[in-house]
Amino acid sequence: MPVLGADMDEGTILEWLVKPGDEVRKGDVIAVVDTAKSAIEVESFSTGRVERLVVGVGETVPVGTPLAVLTEPGGERAQPAVPAAGTQRTRRDRRAERPAQQVPAPRPASPVIRHRARELGIDLAALHGTGPDGTVTREDLEHAAAGPAPPAARQPAAGPEPARSRRKPAPRAGRRRATPLARRLAAELGVDLAAVAGTGPAGAIRAADVRLAAPGGERGRPAAAATATARSAAERNQSMRQAIARLMARSKREIPHYYVSNTADMTHAMSWLRDRNREVDVSQRLVPSALLLKAVALAARRVPRLNGYWVDDAFRPAEAVHLGVAVSLRGGGVLTPAIHDAADLPLGELMARLRDLVTRARSGRLRACELTDGTITVTNLGDQGVESVYGVIYPPQVALVGFGRIVERAVAAGGLVGARPAVTTTLAADHRATDGYAGSRFLSALAGLLQRPEAL
Amino acid sequence: MTSAAAEAAIKEALGEVTPGADTDSLPPDADLRDTLELDSLDFLRFVEILSERTGKRIDEDDYPQLATKAGAVKFLAGRARG
Repeated sequence: MPVLGADMDEGTILEWLVKPGDEVRKGDVIAVVDTAKSAIEVESFSTGRVERLVVGVGETVPVGTPLAVLTEPGGERAQPAVPAAGTQRTRRDRRAERPAQQVPAPRPASPVIRHRARELGIDLAALHGTGPDGTVTREDLEHAAAGPAPPAARQPAAGPEPARSRRKPAPRAGRRRATPLARRLAAELGVDLAAVAGTGPAGAIRAADVRLAAPGGERGRPAAAATATARSAAERNQSMRQAIARLMARSKREIPHYYVSNTADMTHAMSWLRDRNREVDVSQRLVPSALLLKAVALAARRVPRLNGYWVDDAFRPAEAVHLGVAVSLRGGGVLTPAIHDAADLPLGELMARLRDLVTRARSGRLRACELTDGTITVTNLGDQGVESVYGVIYPPQVALVGFGRIVERAVAAGGLVGARPAVTTTLAADHRATDGYAGSRFLSALAGLLQRPEAL
Repeated sequence: MTSAAAEAAIKEALGEVTPGADTDSLPPDADLRDTLELDSLDFLRFVEILSERTGKRIDEDDYPQLATKAGAVKFLAGRARG
């Protein structure tokens, strides 16, 4: 059972997406796990064939408990029931691996690399090193952490499945009305939405309708016996509050926060955005948040001491910027999934990822790596109308950036007062990792980046 | 486009953006963003669906007219006639 966030100590298997005998590749989604905050798609950390499932649907186990046993690829294909000694590999806990459960890496790796691997939740034994004598390098780690290739090995036994990449929203299936989750499920299960009877409002297709219409029911599993249901809305609400309470209390207990704020002129950014959006189809339009997020990612790269983790009394910089985005849920609560490599994404791509991420956060279909890989987080409460927000850092991260509403302000320039759109930017940062000077540099860089939207 | 068709398209779009929300009892002059707690991404999706369903291009400058159900009906119905 992987740790899907610093606040998680147990999880429940909602659904297995693989069965014994299936080949899985590192990064494939193999199970859906229910946590206090939401249902999460969990990826395999290694490649191989599923030997057996250890934890059944509906069972709740502590983090660190092996969920399934995989057999290494090659060699043993003809003898599925007899895994050779040393080839069994269980999926390891992410990030919070207990010392007693550590698997010694077969290749020598430096203490720094081993530490980083633990931080990133990567099983060193499953990595192919590109360093001297096959040692695992930092680059290998970051590469592995940055995300796997699109999953391809989760085909149900029958029926075509459209290829799906976690970087893009699922393809639209027809024009029937359906919830986003239903569309995703339909794509995954190879169900034609046109043939599904909807039971939602005005005949909209819901996820449950798709499951019913799938061949043999949901992936052929027995309808009642092995079905674990996610928590009810009320239970979810309570468990979500408790999880947030634990994490935020820990943050305020352990992290000496300091705060800085700044005002960024948004005149150029907003007019650039308006001109750009006027020229493109509505599906290609950007919202101001996309600009703000990209600017944060670039600013984090310029002030790398704010991008990473505070672990074991030391700051561990992250090499990529995986931008956590606080997404408020309709029923209450918040999730902070990450946009991977946000500093390298063109605005259009970042916007598409943002839309996809928010949709999936709200429909309960986030990937595990999205919830654990964030290196710095942004909260944007501008849509709610407030002018500024001073956030609480998500441990073990060391910084949280806040945006308020973009609003016209009276700004004095050249001896004249004019009305210009502006946004209040704030930074809450961990004083153990940086001092106010770094925070100030960050917000100044951010304001500067927002003056050149065409370069974002 | 008739007012009835416009209203149906709006309801459908809102139903998709906020699954489970009661859009039938929405007062015609209620601010959609406030009442349904739509953020900028939700609103963009709302506009996108409306545009798809009605075949009308909706520019950002038109957004203020879509602030309420009544305004949106007027906008869609009026625009088609013009």
